[in-house]
Amino acid sequence: MLSSTAKNLYWMGRYLQRAKTTARLIEATQRMVLQSGEESEGVVAIFGMDDEFRHSQSQSEGAELSSLIDFLTFDENNPSSIVSSIGAARRNAREERNNITVDVWESLNALWLELGARLRADRATLDRTALVESVKKQAVMIFGAAQVTLLRDEAYNFFQLGAFLERGDNTARILDVKFHHLRPDGSPHADEMDYFAWSEVLACIGAVRTYRRIYRSALDPMKVAELMMLRRDVPRSVHHCLWMVDLSMRELADAYGTRGEADRLAGELHARLRYARIDQVFDIGLAKFLGGMRDDIALLSEEIGRQFLLD
Amino acid sequence: MAEAVKSFDEMRSGADGAVRAPYRGVARWLERTSPERVAATRHEVDLFYRRHGITFGAYGAVDGAETTIPFDIIPRVIAWDEWEYLHKGLVQRVRALNAFLADAYGEREICRAGVIPEAQILMNAEFVAMAQGLELPGGVHAHIAGIDLVRVGEKDFYVLEDNVRTPSGVSYVLENREVMMRLAPELFAAMRVLPVADYSEELLATLRSVSFSDDAEPNVVLLTPGHYNSAYFEHAFLADEMGIELVKGSDLFVDEGRVYMRTPRGPQRVDVIYRRIDDAFLDPLAMRPDSYLGVAGLLGAVRAGRVNIVNALGNGVADDKSTYTYVPEMIRFYLGEAPILQNVPTWRCDKPDDFKYVLEHLAELVVKEVHGSGGKGMLVGPTSAKKEIEEFASIVRARPDNYIAQPTLALSTCPTFVAQGVAPRHVDLRPFVLSGRKITIVPGGLTRVALKEGSLVVNSSQGGGTKDTWVLAPDHSAG
Repeated sequence: MLSSTAKNLYWMGRYLQRAKTTARLIEATQRMVLQSGEESEGVVAIFGMDDEFRHSQSQSEGAELSSLIDFLTFDENNPSSIVSSIGAARRNAREERNNITVDVWESLNALWLELGARLRADRATLDRTALVESVKKQAVMIFGAAQVTLLRDEAYNFFQLGAFLERGDNTARILDVKFHHLRPDGSPHADEMDYFAWSEVLACIGAVRTYRRIYRSALDPMKVAELMMLRRDVPRSVHHCLWMVDLSMRELADAYGTRGEADRLAGELHARLRYARIDQVFDIGLAKFLGGMRDDIALLSEEIGRQFLLD
Repeated sequence: MAEAVKSFDEMRSGADGAVRAPYRGVARWLERTSPERVAATRHEVDLFYRRHGITFGAYGAVDGAETTIPFDIIPRVIAWDEWEYLHKGLVQRVRALNAFLADAYGEREICRAGVIPEAQILMNAEFVAMAQGLELPGGVHAHIAGIDLVRVGEKDFYVLEDNVRTPSGVSYVLENREVMMRLAPELFAAMRVLPVADYSEELLATLRSVSFSDDAEPNVVLLTPGHYNSAYFEHAFLADEMGIELVKGSDLFVDEGRVYMRTPRGPQRVDVIYRRIDDAFLDPLAMRPDSYLGVAGLLGAVRAGRVNIVNALGNGVADDKSTYTYVPEMIRFYLGEAPILQNVPTWRCDKPDDFKYVLEHLAELVVKEVHGSGGKGMLVGPTSAKKEIEEFASIVRARPDNYIAQPTLALSTCPTFVAQGVAPRHVDLRPFVLSGRKITIVPGGLTRVALKEGSLVVNSSQGGGTKDTWVLAPDHSAG
């Protein structure tokens, strides 16, 4: 397998996951605005797109919420928008048509075609909710097709690596921004709880019901943070994602018979989450813990590129 | 636009206007199938092609936009004895072309014998000095040849042009068949059609057979310019079918005269490169220094016999439209045989007498650029307005050596679905001839159809479509 194939599959995994995250964020934000009248702009901070959004805002005339949704959905200047991410994932896939299955390619290509058709349609009559719903559903189908049909070889491991690294990073970002939006001082303890606001934080990773199943108790900021960060059994938690990253790295190390800095870093990140306790995290400071986590995830991505000659 | 000349219709031109034997199954199917069913089927086809991403980026399209090539669901049918004859003629022609290429970059005996002037080779814009003296495995230069044929009568086929650089279109042969089997299984049940699916198997065998190394499992890769190329789908498709790596120039590098590909495991040696990049872009050290598509040092490795490239370097000297006129002579010279397939009579505008004739008869002729392709830069006299003809005449006068002219052939027609229903449209045929240690041709080839009424230009960039091409088995009873 070529290094460029590894690179394309890695980024295909990352972009697909990014699109999925963005779709969920749009949904959660929309509900939040409807239920609590909460201001919605904070969501663009998750991908560090504040300036770009303000810039696009000054040019549009629509209501704030719909221009925000359009920024997250259609704006090609926003690299995290659904259109940008799906476009990038499809470019990666198209270059690797011969290394992915027909099922994966067709489901991704179908989503790209649908987005294109909706983009060309009149914005005034566009059903944005249906669009986001459709992206979410089809993204699940693409990942499903990958699970069910891809040969379990090196290429598959690079795809997994990209998808889980992105997902872990996304959850860390969401928790960081949302938590500190609701609790600027970073303290998990407070006299009053905004039930709707905290359930929307969970909704960003689709874990409202999961929370109930696990804790069987009222929403509590510390438990929300624990669920999103440390629960290994929650498939979108940072811990779960970095566990999967570590597993994929080990598979590759076994296949190639070599280990490097990327392997060490992946193992260390996994261990850090596996053995952390939520009260300790808050002793250190959530912002500090998550900041370090995100920096190291970025570093790991660089090391993967270096170790496998992806660049 | 009126028909310029009366054409041979492959379905209807039987004795007394009866349906010709090979088309009886198709004719019955057409009678039985309702127009609604056909419309629905055609819609299905377009969806199928788009979903599979079988697309074609026409040059000049905005942002390399992807379009699908229209596919016509009425197959083009060739009887077994017709194919047997074409097969023999194609093998003969490609053997001669290969002998010529080896000679052109070797001793040039054909020039010394006075059959072809040396200038025809040495002064040719496509001549590559670096290929001089190359000794290739099996002596093969044109491993994959696409020979464009046209039919004008019951027994009359002509070779329109030879393509021995990087002929494309074979993926459509394979995909069209897949689509047809899905759409009209009942038609296959009624007729015995020879399969084409083994093309990739034969191609891989051909590529492996021309490795310099005696490694039992030589590493073969397909080199593409990348996904902005109009034929990228085909590159990916063939690599996938053969199970070989699809590489770009940046995936390869040369070290100590050997070619390697970059992998997460480290460098891996490459033995044979099926390249879909033009000569000029192959190696920035040897050819165009501004090429980002190629591999620095690649041609040095080829010359050193460390890696073979398919098709070979400098094949353009054999397939331009002026060398074309010498192919019948090549067949006599190298093989000592009479040509089986005929050339279209051709006037070369660099010859004063021919030039004079061409200028006087522009309204009847087809005029083409010597190095042109894709149906561009050409004039079809009978279907052009007077003003167009006059404009073209002044272009030809400026550079006569750049043009050849041929009579306007009445290309055969096949029934085709168009907006008004089923109507005859002009077709050509491009069989793909594989030459390694042996020569193989998958039955049929790519049938291109001019969808505009009366049009003789079948190129996909000029509104052409494709059809599935059926060669009937020898034991097929036309019943």
